[in-house]
Amino acid sequence: MTDTLQSAIDQSQHRSPLARLAGTQVFWVLAAAILACLALTVLTDSFASERNLFNVARNFAFVAIIAIGMTAVIASGGIDLSVGSSLVLAAMVVSVLMEGGHSFWLSAAAAMGAALVVGLINGMLIAYVGMPAFVVTLGMLSAARSLAMVLSNNKMIYQFGPDHDLLLWLGGGSTFGLPHPLYILIALCGVMSVVFRWTRWGQHVFAIGGNEHAATLTGIPVRRLKVSIYIFSALTAGLAGILMAGWLGSVTTNLGQSMELAVIGGANLAGGEGTALGAVVGALLIEVIRNSLILLGISTFWQGMFIGTSIIIAVAFDRIRHMKA
Amino acid sequence: MSRLKLTGLSRSFGAIQALDDVSLEVAPGEVLGLMGDNGAGKSTLVKIVAGNFRPTKGEIRIDGQLVELHKPIDARERGIEVVYQDLALCDNLSAASNVFLGREPVRRFGPLAVIDYPAMRMRAGELFAQLKTETRPRDLVRRMSGGQRQAVAIARTLLSKPRIVLMDEPTAAISVRQVAEVLNLIRRLRDQGISVVLISHRMPDVFAVCDRIAVLRRGQMVASKRAAASSPEEVTGLITGAIETA
Ligand SMILES: Nc1ncnc2c1ncn2[C@@H]1O[C@H](COP(=O)(O)OP(=O)(O)OP(=O)(O)O)[C@@H](O)[C@H]1O
Ligand SMILES: [Mg+2]
Repeated sequence: MTDTLQSAIDQSQHRSPLARLAGTQVFWVLAAAILACLALTVLTDSFASERNLFNVARNFAFVAIIAIGMTAVIASGGIDLSVGSSLVLAAMVVSVLMEGGHSFWLSAAAAMGAALVVGLINGMLIAYVGMPAFVVTLGMLSAARSLAMVLSNNKMIYQFGPDHDLLLWLGGGSTFGLPHPLYILIALCGVMSVVFRWTRWGQHVFAIGGNEHAATLTGIPVRRLKVSIYIFSALTAGLAGILMAGWLGSVTTNLGQSMELAVIGGANLAGGEGTALGAVVGALLIEVIRNSLILLGISTFWQGMFIGTSIIIAVAFDRIRHMKA
Repeated sequence: MSRLKLTGLSRSFGAIQALDDVSLEVAPGEVLGLMGDNGAGKSTLVKIVAGNFRPTKGEIRIDGQLVELHKPIDARERGIEVVYQDLALCDNLSAASNVFLGREPVRRFGPLAVIDYPAMRMRAGELFAQLKTETRPRDLVRRMSGGQRQAVAIARTLLSKPRIVLMDEPTAAISVRQVAEVLNLIRRLRDQGISVVLISHRMPDVFAVCDRIAVLRRGQMVASKRAAASSPEEVTGLITGAIETA
């Protein structure tokens, strides 16, 4: 009796770890990314150059950081279109304050505070007023960027006061050959992998995405949780914004424009499975596609077509997979 | 003293009067069958006792104590557990996660509270064994049969030591063998002194396990009598309105 009970508890519907791995979309997205990298190495001289790889790694880190936040939103059945605007708002707050002579840490805290407020407003309108996430965050996409323009008077900022070098080092520097944003991405991915899988917050995010009604009936504080999800998403965008300001060494109000496409694409490529690693791998594939188009000399006008198509194909793949299951 | 006592309970949704001045008592260890046509207000009554809806009027007493149920957690803290009609399961989570939904056990590592999956699977496995179901704790609910899903929803109610279990049509979508299992489970709950309110459209099930039968018609309680003193014919008449009250 105890034997059969134990075996029932241990039994899982997947057969072997290998079959389990091959069943995840993350695996296939990663395979596609690696394949694309190999092809580019053969087809172009420039892809495998240290300089290009460094650029790819850094560019993808910004998208991937936000894609991790977006993963929580998508796993809960929502969407956040305002991340590009949260990003520019945070970047603007940090640079305006630093230009005004404030320290990096104070300015960064204020920038994260601004992102938090954006997420809070998104979350409150969605969770408590019951408005559709698509509409709320679309409105915020416009509103937050406009606020960034007001803040900076639409001027470019490239002087960051006493902590100028610190900001540039943080966002644009590297240690042991790896760009700093990549370290932050790795740390965030590690932490959030644990949070998604092993905490009640993570479990409840998925419960809301699976059956919001059931989550409410079982007493999960669905509304509060939703607010926290949109705040988290905005904070990842804020973090990326601060780092991007340091990387570029200058901030303009078109920073992060249409970034939400790459972010949502990255988070969705992994089939919205809601793993931090999936978001990172998805973002990687998007960046490799973008980079390959440039290196292969294909007109940048085609970029949107390729990225958009690959997102739709990935989601279609996921649908088909779920229908079979 | 009654385990559960409802007095003058009313609830309206806009112009619809879903419950109209309903009074009802359930004794400890009693199984009450709640019957009525579609839209009679059965689910609404369950949801009020479960803390999902506030009544427009009326009061609820548990073991003689007046209670205000604002949220599901209030009801749960007073030992009220529910199996919802739509089961309230998350398809994308495992059976064990669904059993523990909203009350996952955690282990603390400093500031980090980590879900204790092994304990969850162990306990869920025990409950499934007790229910004699083929359900496995790790399986995703998405891939389960109707009966297995039902077992997950029922196992959820047994997690804490409940005083009252409300079941909204637990035998509607499952096989004959599992209907018998669910009815046996209801008897086991009763033997432990737990009160059960069973909503069902299936006359044989109700007469098989219920001590008393109450009938709702268009929001009004038209009968509440001992099952032994009634008959399927009488209950059918009460449900349809062929018999006014009993
Ligand atoms: N959330 C709600 N909003 C508006 N009306 C509702 C709501 N819930 C129930 N009603 C209405 O209240 C009435 C009673 O519904 P209820 O679900 O309690 O019936 P029921 O007896 O459970 O029926 P069934 O046997 O079909 O499950 C119906 O007219 C229904 O349309
Ligand atoms: Mg009902």
